[in-house]
Amino acid sequence: MAEQITNKDIAREENLVFKRTGVLTDKVMHYCPGCGHGTVHRLIAEVIEEMNIQSDCIGVTPVGCSVLMYNYLDVDMQEAAHGRAPALATAIKRLQPDKFVFTYQGDGDLAAIGTAETIHAANRGENFTIFFINNGIYGMTGGQMAPTTLPEMKSSTSPYGRDVKMMGNPLKMTELVAQLPGTYYVTRQAVHTPRDVRKAKKAIRKAFENQKLEKGLSLVEIVSNCNSGWKMTPVQANEWMVENMFPFYPLGDLKVDGEMAK
Amino acid sequence: MTEEIIIAGFGGQGVLSMGKILAYSGIMQDQEVSWMPSYGPEMRGGTANVTVILSDERISSPILNTFDTAIILNQQSMDKFEKSVKPGGMLIYDGNGIIRHPERKDISIFRIDAAEEAAKMENTKVFNMIVLGGYLKVKPIVKLENVIKGLKESLPERHHALLPMNEKAIKRGLEIVQKVHEVNR
Amino acid sequence: MKELKLLKGNEAISEAAIRAGADAYFGYPITPQSEILEYLMAEKPHERTGMVVLQAESEVAAINMVYGGAACGRKILTSSSSPGISLKQEGLSYIAGSELPCLVVNVVRGGPGLGTIQPSQSDYFQATKGGGHGDYRLIVLAPSSVQEMADFVKLGFDLAFKYRNPAMILTDGAIGQMMEKVWLEEQQPRMTEFPEWATTGKKPGKERRIVTSLDLDSAMQEKFNRKLQEKYRKMEENEVRFEEIDCEDAEYLLVAYGTSARICQKSVKIAREKGIKVGLLRPITLFPFPKNKIKEMAGKVKGILSVEMSAGQMVEDIRISVEGKVKVDHFGRMGGIIHSSEEIVTALEQKIIGG
Repeated sequence: MAEQITNKDIAREENLVFKRTGVLTDKVMHYCPGCGHGTVHRLIAEVIEEMNIQSDCIGVTPVGCSVLMYNYLDVDMQEAAHGRAPALATAIKRLQPDKFVFTYQGDGDLAAIGTAETIHAANRGENFTIFFINNGIYGMTGGQMAPTTLPEMKSSTSPYGRDVKMMGNPLKMTELVAQLPGTYYVTRQAVHTPRDVRKAKKAIRKAFENQKLEKGLSLVEIVSNCNSGWKMTPVQANEWMVENMFPFYPLGDLKVDGEMAK
Repeated sequence: MTEEIIIAGFGGQGVLSMGKILAYSGIMQDQEVSWMPSYGPEMRGGTANVTVILSDERISSPILNTFDTAIILNQQSMDKFEKSVKPGGMLIYDGNGIIRHPERKDISIFRIDAAEEAAKMENTKVFNMIVLGGYLKVKPIVKLENVIKGLKESLPERHHALLPMNEKAIKRGLEIVQKVHEVNR
Repeated sequence: MKELKLLKGNEAISEAAIRAGADAYFGYPITPQSEILEYLMAEKPHERTGMVVLQAESEVAAINMVYGGAACGRKILTSSSSPGISLKQEGLSYIAGSELPCLVVNVVRGGPGLGTIQPSQSDYFQATKGGGHGDYRLIVLAPSSVQEMADFVKLGFDLAFKYRNPAMILTDGAIGQMMEKVWLEEQQPRMTEFPEWATTGKKPGKERRIVTSLDLDSAMQEKFNRKLQEKYRKMEENEVRFEEIDCEDAEYLLVAYGTSARICQKSVKIAREKGIKVGLLRPITLFPFPKNKIKEMAGKVKGILSVEMSAGQMVEDIRISVEGKVKVDHFGRMGGIIHSSEEIVTALEQKIIGG
């Protein structure tokens, strides 16, 4: 009679098909179920592991939902004041040009209070990477209107929908930044389906790889959801995102290797 | 010895650089020096003035209301600073463009027509060096050799070819300065 | 060997920063201190020492670049003048709250608002009481000569690193624009070893470094605040600096820093020629403030006059130190006007001696 197979026999190195990256810490993430932040964190961590740059990586976290990102990513990290991450990253990269430096910023951080820092870091051609998570809302502070909130979209500070005559238009920062001569790679991705996750990971990898070329800033926007702020279930939020966010913020590359796409 | 000087005129007359050369000359003979310009909107085209102090002791206030010597290079500065000369002090001025000549009797007054002389020398840029020469004739507080050394320090190396011309201008200033009247010091 | 130069106060800051082995300067132009950035750019420090010099898009960006560089364990400085320093306060609070060393130069001009570009000392409160949000202090050095402008760059960096706290050189447009003789230190090499807390990339097998001022746990945040306060008490014990001029036999005391202290030196001479025994106490560190020395002097003199180019700010610290023992008053001009040595003597006679 054959011996019974135990869990120990199954969980052997040669049978391994997927492993959680060691660049993520064991800390349980505080993000709402269905939120895109956790996925993007994992992709960044996986790319850092695959490129073997954990000891050469310095990240800058924003003010917003991902303010505590440093609890989850096992690399050296600095916490910036609201909107100022690109200024910190400018100094870090200029003082340590051989390191891989990135910022991780939400739409309020990058496209409202930090507009100047974002545009000028991009325009100077600073050689780091910006990850820009756009969910059209201020998640952490309770769902207020963001610079990227869509026309007619409801938020706690546009409770009857964003009236562009009164509240102004949503800002397409990624399109704006792509025009600047200092950017080398600008792309817009999503993480709501496995296919999109794979594409987003490739973009994240390219954005890190570009730092070796020293040809300017790489910016990866991830259009994401905020089911809590949007007051929807995670599934509804993803559907709403596809139907409403993607037409306004179309996915795809805007600039590759310093050339405008299309 | 402490000499407190104000140099005042138009921007572009070399007021600040003349003060700087004087300060450098003081350093060359181991004196304490300070150079305090007026700055701000006045700098842009209007009047310019600088307070220079040379002293054998630690300099207290670099900002002064009264001076041992006033070097006056336009009418506005005359109006402003003639009264700031300490009794028994000295005023030296360029007569070019002056419509109201200094009137005080309790200070020594010298005149140097440096603008006219610079025009004769066909080099308006050495105007301030002619004035400096005139001042040093009346108050030889720094030795000429130290002025030349100071000039060398304050000029960027690419301009060192201009040194002989500046030296010539200083020497011309020594010759052309005129006494209006002198009080006992 | 030291080198003798004739420099403006602003230029002395720049040259001293290069020679102190500073790793970076980030700044934004504003009168009356633009010479600091101009001088640095002209000197090509990237060629001399590899120092990074960058003109930022704003004072806000500049101070946050300082944060980023300081968190890498580097020697970083920035400079500005009053309105620009107000803009930097958010960043300074974060730097203090993250316990990072850096050097900030404030070449003060008159305010409030856009104010004037002429010299003033009206930022004393902002500099010495924190300036931004939260309970924190800066180490504040007040040079009164071009020589001290140069010397305090190194001292400021040393203290900033010793206490992991931002240091400020609080000066004004008069000293910034003035030229004096200055002996410059020899070139020091830039650091090659960085503190253990610096984000230089996580070492294999070691904990990652996190630079942050955030703690959502109130108990932990209070504990951290207590630690900061202990640090400030240590500074008060160990870092007080001041200069006494003619204080031994003084019956009256002038207290003044920076430009005012220079002007008061002449006032002391004038007063003594008139037979009034006056001394001058010049605080060099404004935080920590020489309160014990002033308390001691309060027991010896008949009255104290604080002389500041402001409506009277340091005078409050003097009054706290004196504890009501002798008469304390303030004299000062505002809006960019500098008091004369003579009017200070008159003020002393009227407000303290006659008053």
